[in-house]
Amino acid sequence: MSTLQVSIYRYNPETDSAPYMQEFQLDTQGRDIMVLNALEMIKQQDSSMAYRRSCREGVCGSDGMNMNGKNGLACITPLSEVVKDNKLVLRPLPGLPVIRDLVVDMGVFYKQYESIQPYLQNDTNPPATERLQSPEERDKLDGLYECILCACCSTACPSFWWNPDKFVGPAGLLQAYRFLADSRDTATSERLARLEDPFSLFRCRGIMNCVAVCPKGLNPTRAIGKIREMLLSNAT
Amino acid sequence: MSNMRSLTFDAIIIGGGGSGLRAALELAKSGKKTAVITKVFPTRSHTVSAQGGITCAIASADPNDDWRWHMYDTVKGGDYITDQEAAEYMCSEGPKAVFELEHMGLPFSRFDNGRIYQRPFGGQSKDFGKGGQAARTCAAADRTGHALLHTLYQNNLKNNTVFLNEWYAVDLVKNANGDVVGCIAMCIETGEVVHIKSKATVLATGGSGRIYASTTNALINTGDGIGMALRAGFPMQDMEMWQFHPTGIYGAGVLVTEGCRGEGGYLINKDGERFMERYAPNAKDLAGRDVVARAMVMEILEGRGCGENGDHVMLKLDHLGEEVLSKRLPGIVELSKTFAHVDPAKDPIPVVPTCHYMMGGVPTNVHGQAIMQDADGNDQIVNGLFACGEAACVSVHGANRLGGNSLLDLVVFGRAAGMFIEEALNEGVDYLEAAQSDIDSAMARITRWDESSGGEAVPDLRAELQDIMQNDFGVFRQEDNMQQGVKKLADLRERIANAHLSDKSNAFNTARVEALELDNLLEVAEATAISALERKESRGAHSRYDYPDRDDANWLKHSMYFPVEKRLGQRDVNFVPKTVDTFEPKIRTY
Repeated sequence: MSTLQVSIYRYNPETDSAPYMQEFQLDTQGRDIMVLNALEMIKQQDSSMAYRRSCREGVCGSDGMNMNGKNGLACITPLSEVVKDNKLVLRPLPGLPVIRDLVVDMGVFYKQYESIQPYLQNDTNPPATERLQSPEERDKLDGLYECILCACCSTACPSFWWNPDKFVGPAGLLQAYRFLADSRDTATSERLARLEDPFSLFRCRGIMNCVAVCPKGLNPTRAIGKIREMLLSNAT
Repeated sequence: MSNMRSLTFDAIIIGGGGSGLRAALELAKSGKKTAVITKVFPTRSHTVSAQGGITCAIASADPNDDWRWHMYDTVKGGDYITDQEAAEYMCSEGPKAVFELEHMGLPFSRFDNGRIYQRPFGGQSKDFGKGGQAARTCAAADRTGHALLHTLYQNNLKNNTVFLNEWYAVDLVKNANGDVVGCIAMCIETGEVVHIKSKATVLATGGSGRIYASTTNALINTGDGIGMALRAGFPMQDMEMWQFHPTGIYGAGVLVTEGCRGEGGYLINKDGERFMERYAPNAKDLAGRDVVARAMVMEILEGRGCGENGDHVMLKLDHLGEEVLSKRLPGIVELSKTFAHVDPAKDPIPVVPTCHYMMGGVPTNVHGQAIMQDADGNDQIVNGLFACGEAACVSVHGANRLGGNSLLDLVVFGRAAGMFIEEALNEGVDYLEAAQSDIDSAMARITRWDESSGGEAVPDLRAELQDIMQNDFGVFRQEDNMQQGVKKLADLRERIANAHLSDKSNAFNTARVEALELDNLLEVAEATAISALERKESRGAHSRYDYPDRDDANWLKHSMYFPVEKRLGQRDVNFVPKTVDTFEPKIRTY
C-alpha cells in the first residue's frame, strides 16, 4: 500500500507532438508528505519533469496545479487530502496554454490582473506621514489583499475558460474589489466604469468554483457580488 | 555564439524581490530604460514570506519614539560590526520609506487612531537600552512581506517597469578594465541565452539559505548574485555571519514569526519552563535572535528538549487567546496547522533554530555601489556593479540582524541605489564595451553544463553540500569540524565541475536552472566556510566553542573573503555616523 501510483501530464514542445500521461511508482514509506515533496522525489527519478515552485509554504503561489481533478497548491496539499485509491493524477492548471509538463503560460491571467489597475489611486497629495485608516476600514481589506496570484480560482472557472480575454476572472475581480474597498482609494467611479461592460464582470455566473478551490480560503464570488452592488447603486 | 542576441538597457536589476522592485521603481519613475531580470514572477520572490513586519521609528505606538534609539538597537544587535553610518542612514531615512509604502497602498494593520500598527520585536529598546521594550515593528497582520512585495510590484506596473520574468542571470560580464557592463541571461521559457548590456547592474538576488539542509528560505534562495560576483573575482564581506531564526517549525523548517513572541508568546522546554528568563533576564524571549537560538540549542544539548528525541523546544501561544491569534497572527495559525499539525490556540508549536538570513554579502556603500579593496587594502568602488537587500552587506546588520530590519533594509537601500544610479546616468557614466572574449568567459559555465556527458547528478551533490553546511557550520562551530568541512567542500568543487546535466532541452528546463544554481550554492558555501574558519572569535551569530569570547582587539572588523586566493582579509567597520555620536562597543547583554 505504501507505493503510490502517480500519473503526470507530460509535454515537451521540442520532442512531443502531443501531451501524454506518464506513470510513476513512488515509495512514500507511508509518510503523509505534501504533493510538492512527491514531485521532488519524482524529479530525482526523472530530472526532465518541469513544474514551478518557490516558497514551499503556500504564500508565493508558484505551484498551483490540478491534483486529482481539483486545483490547489502542491506545497500545502498533503497526499492524504487528495489521493484516492492510492492514485494521484497531476495535471497543469486547466484552460491555459501549456509550456511544458505542469508549467502553464500565465500571460492572459496576468493581463487580466493588470486590467483592473491593481494599485492604489489617490488624487490628493499624500501627507508627510501615513494616510490614516481606521481599524474598521482596514478590516474591509481582509479576505482580499491576501491573494497570492496562484490562478487556482480563475483556471477553475468555466466563464474564464470560455472568455479569458474578456472576462477579468475571479482573481482579478477580487483585486478590483480590494481597491474599491480601500478607504484610501479615490478612483472608485473609474474602476467601476471599466467593469460595466457585459464581459469584464458580468460573465460571472456564480458557479463558485473559485471559492471551492482557493488555497487561501478567499471568496472571489462574494467580492464580485459586492462590485455588482456598487455598480447597481451607482446606476440609480 | 556569435549570433547571440543582445539587449541594451541603462540599468538592469537582477532579482524581483523587495529590494530589486524598490530600486526598479525609482528608476522606472525617472524614465531610465530599466529592466528587472528575475528567475521567478516577482511576487514569487522570497520577500513574500516575510511575516512579522518592518521595523522603523515612525512614532506610532510611541509618539516619542526616536530613530536614534532604533539605530542604537541595530548597532548593538549587530554586536558592533554594524557600519554606523549605514545604520544611521537606514534608521533616519526609514520613516520616509515606510510612509511611501503606505502611500503606495500597503495595507498595514492599524491602531484605533488610524495610524500604522506597531508590535514589539526582539532587541528593541527605548532610550538607548534604558527605557525598556519598544514596539517598533510596523505590520500588516503577519503577512507584511506579502503585502509589501505585492504593493511594490503593483506600483512597478503603474510605472511601466520592464520585466524579464522567468529569466535566469547566469554570470556578470566585465570589460577589459574590470568594470561590470552587463550580464549573460537565459530566458527560461525558451532557453535562449542573451547578452544584456547595461551601465549599471544591480544584484538584488536575496539570500542563500539553501546552502543549509534546514532553512526557512524558499527553494529559490540559492545565492545567485553572490555566486556571480565571486566568480567575477569580487570579494564578499562577513560571510560567516548566518542567522539561525529561533522559531522554524520542527521538521519542516517553515518560519514562525518573532511577532509571536512580540505579541506575548514564549518558548518552553520539556519541563514547561520559560527558559529564556535564565538566559536573558530583561528581554527574555525578545533578546537578539542569536542569543535566543543559542539558548534553545543549550536547552536541547542539556537534555531539556521536547519530543521523543529531545531535539526541539515549544513555542507557547495558547494564552494569547483566539482573537489575538486570528487578528494578529492568522498566517501562523494556518502554517502551524499545515506543517506542524498543531492548532496554536490549543497547543504549543514545536520549533528549532533554523537557518534564516545571510548578514554577509557584497560589500557596498550606502548608495549600493559594490566595494573591493586595492593592493593597500583601501576601499575601491567597482564600476557598474551595485547590490542591495540581502545580497548586499552595507552593513546594517553586522554580526546579527534584528527582526524587522530586513524589510527596512531592502526598501531603504533599494531606493538609495535607484536614486544614485539615476544621478550617475544623468551625469553620463559610460564604460568600455565588452569584447567577445569577455562575453565568452561569462558563458563558460553554461557551456560547461550543456557539454557535460556524464558524472554525478545535481540533486545528490546539492544534498551533500547542504549536509556539510548543516553539520559543520551551524549555530555552534569549532575548528576541527570546520576544517573538515572546508576540505569536503573543496572535494565537492571538483565533483561539481564534473557533474552531469542530462536534460539539455530548451523549453522551461528547470534541471538546467538547478544545475546553474548548484554552482552558486557552492560559491556561497565555500565563502561561508572559509570565513567562519578564519574568524577566530565569537561574535553575534558566529559562535565558536574554541573561541567563546568576542575579541575586539583583533576582530572588531568586517571579514573580507577574496575568492581568487580563497583568502580571508579584513575591512574596517565604520564608526563615524554623520549626525550622532559613535556608539562605542560594549558587552552585549539582554
